[in-house]
Amino acid sequence: MQDKPVALKVLDIVSIILLGVSTYLALVFAPTELVMGDVQRVFYFHIGTAWTALLGFILAAVFSIIFLIFSRDLKWDRYQVAAIEVSLVFFFITIVLGSIWARPAWNTWWTWDPRLTTAAITELIYIAYFMLRQGIDDPDRRARFGAVYALVGGISAPITFFAIRLFRTIHPVVIGGSNAEAEGGFAMTADMRVAFFFALFTFTVIFIDLYWNRIRLGDLQEKVEQLKLKVTL
Amino acid sequence: MITVKKLVKRFGLKTVLRGVDFEVQPGEFVALLGPNGAGKTTFLRILASLSRPSLGEVKVAGYRLPNEAAAVRARLGVVSHLPLLYGDLTAEENLRFYARMYNIANPEARITDVLEMVGLENRRRDLVRTFSRGMQQRLAIGRAVLHDPDVMLFDEPYTGLDQDASSMLDEVLKTVAAKGRTVVMTSHDLARAEDLATRFDILSRGVISATATHEDLGKSNLLTFYKEALAG
Amino acid sequence: MTEDIKRATKINETGSGKRTGNFFKAVSAVVWKDLQAEFRSRELFSAMLVFSLLIILIFNFALELDIKTRQSVTAGVLWATFAFAGTLGLNRSMAIEKDRGCLDGLLLAPVDRSAIYFGKVISNLAFMLIVEIIVLPVYSILYNINLFHPGLLLVILLGSIGYVGVGTLLAAMSVQTRTRDILLPILLFPVVIPVLLAAVKASNGFLTGVEFSEILLPINLLIAYDIIFIAVAFMVFDSVVEE
Repeated sequence: MQDKPVALKVLDIVSIILLGVSTYLALVFAPTELVMGDVQRVFYFHIGTAWTALLGFILAAVFSIIFLIFSRDLKWDRYQVAAIEVSLVFFFITIVLGSIWARPAWNTWWTWDPRLTTAAITELIYIAYFMLRQGIDDPDRRARFGAVYALVGGISAPITFFAIRLFRTIHPVVIGGSNAEAEGGFAMTADMRVAFFFALFTFTVIFIDLYWNRIRLGDLQEKVEQLKLKVTL
Repeated sequence: MITVKKLVKRFGLKTVLRGVDFEVQPGEFVALLGPNGAGKTTFLRILASLSRPSLGEVKVAGYRLPNEAAAVRARLGVVSHLPLLYGDLTAEENLRFYARMYNIANPEARITDVLEMVGLENRRRDLVRTFSRGMQQRLAIGRAVLHDPDVMLFDEPYTGLDQDASSMLDEVLKTVAAKGRTVVMTSHDLARAEDLATRFDILSRGVISATATHEDLGKSNLLTFYKEALAG
Repeated sequence: MTEDIKRATKINETGSGKRTGNFFKAVSAVVWKDLQAEFRSRELFSAMLVFSLLIILIFNFALELDIKTRQSVTAGVLWATFAFAGTLGLNRSMAIEKDRGCLDGLLLAPVDRSAIYFGKVISNLAFMLIVEIIVLPVYSILYNINLFHPGLLLVILLGSIGYVGVGTLLAAMSVQTRTRDILLPILLFPVVIPVLLAAVKASNGFLTGVEFSEILLPINLLIAYDIIFIAVAFMVFDSVVEE
């Protein structure tokens, strides 16, 4: 087995450092928000993880198209699985953070706003994706079906988002309007902006780091399978 | 009629066919024999255009697979151990459906001919789910022959048939083959294969390990040849 | 019995000029075959219908509503019913092909794979619409609500098309996995939410007499969804049925 490439090891360390700095910025450096108080600080990571999850989501859809139309090389499938796994975790964190933020800020554990709801639905699509794959033995078929479903989900989720937004259903909305996210909720001071953009940057780096690690894991798994086969023959 | 060169088929990391070379002239009746798991069904499915080769060249009726699969299908008749028939439709309705799918001219006349050929003319208005296995298999052959294909593939057609049904199937197969069609049949039933086929190929461990015609067998019989081929 | 084939019947070859004609012929053959088989056995249809009525019954007891509130949930209850009952039809329709190897029979035919897709979509749609047409008056009677609004029928049509368009594709996949039937709702429901959203919104609009300009938006969404997903399914169906 190869060793972890140096660049990846460095990236691991850089990610941890960035996360530390970002935490400081979010929890200490940024000023306390006027209306919501300290709980608003959750927002920095909430957006950070949401952004990461979105990156994974887009990548997964792109890999679907590449695999189905251009190249049936199973590496695209590995890339897709990695993207969806990372995105799955980060959407989950986003949702949890969103819930933590909502409770003290608007006195509800769940806001049915478009973003949060779409994130939850996307999680369900991801879970369905893995359940679909689990029921298939042939790796080629697994890759094809995964790609098809990821594509269908990749198109459906944005449509869902816009549909919820457009149809502004009569759900009991939190005080502060159904735009219960950052941009609508409060104005950002310069310091807040620093924390905000740094968080975005940090989570982008974390995404690359985790994604790279996950792909490497997938490649190693593949090699193990090949070696296993050689041994049994 | 059928040319296969260095055919490899992998399912993920598992290689089932490891470089099969196979050639069939028009009019030959080849019995493809081999132990379970040798890859006979996989091989037949590739010839039938139902499965794609991983590597290698496959040509059926002059057309390459998988690129020219549609052209191949029009000339191909396939009978597998599953009947490929709709239980809730009658015999003639089943044939009518396939006649439409294959875009056959004068479908009604053709359906009647085929039903007569397989001896099911008197059951044409009966639901297929009331048919015995033997009858279903005969109707399946009728379905396969409907569009007058040049090449026919049979995958273990005798599975689940009793003595009577098997004899009937023998007759139908002989009729079908008699029209100068090229036939490839996989079977576990060596006695029947010996009776029907002009050539015997052994598929073992993913390659064709031996081939023989009736003349080659000479005094010995197929069973001996088969055992020797597998042992070696 | 050992008679030779008497007449040498000339078989039509599929030349490129005839391919479009053959395509429609194949689609209609598949549709007709499904309708014929279903007409005989009525398995699918009766299962879907009974299931729908049971769901409506359950909703009645689960949501103990007064008459006024009941009106406002009609659209939702109807669409929830259709969504659940629909999976029965989709599953069964594909399972029939898989069970006796008939899918191979379809794949062996010298026609484009998408003909199979369209044929199945149309027959699945037909079954779903028939069930819906029956459920509507039953619901009307049970709850004393007039559901015979042409706009509502349009929404039901558009929504069903989207549902069946995606559902047929996903059913073709789920029927080939080990988990089979249980998988389809899990795959289908998250991605068909836009249809439910828009259909309920539009249905509600028609039932409560909202201005048409407001209903136009969800209807447009339904149409857009239908077109997008049928196009996507048409393009990827090959990958789903071939090996």
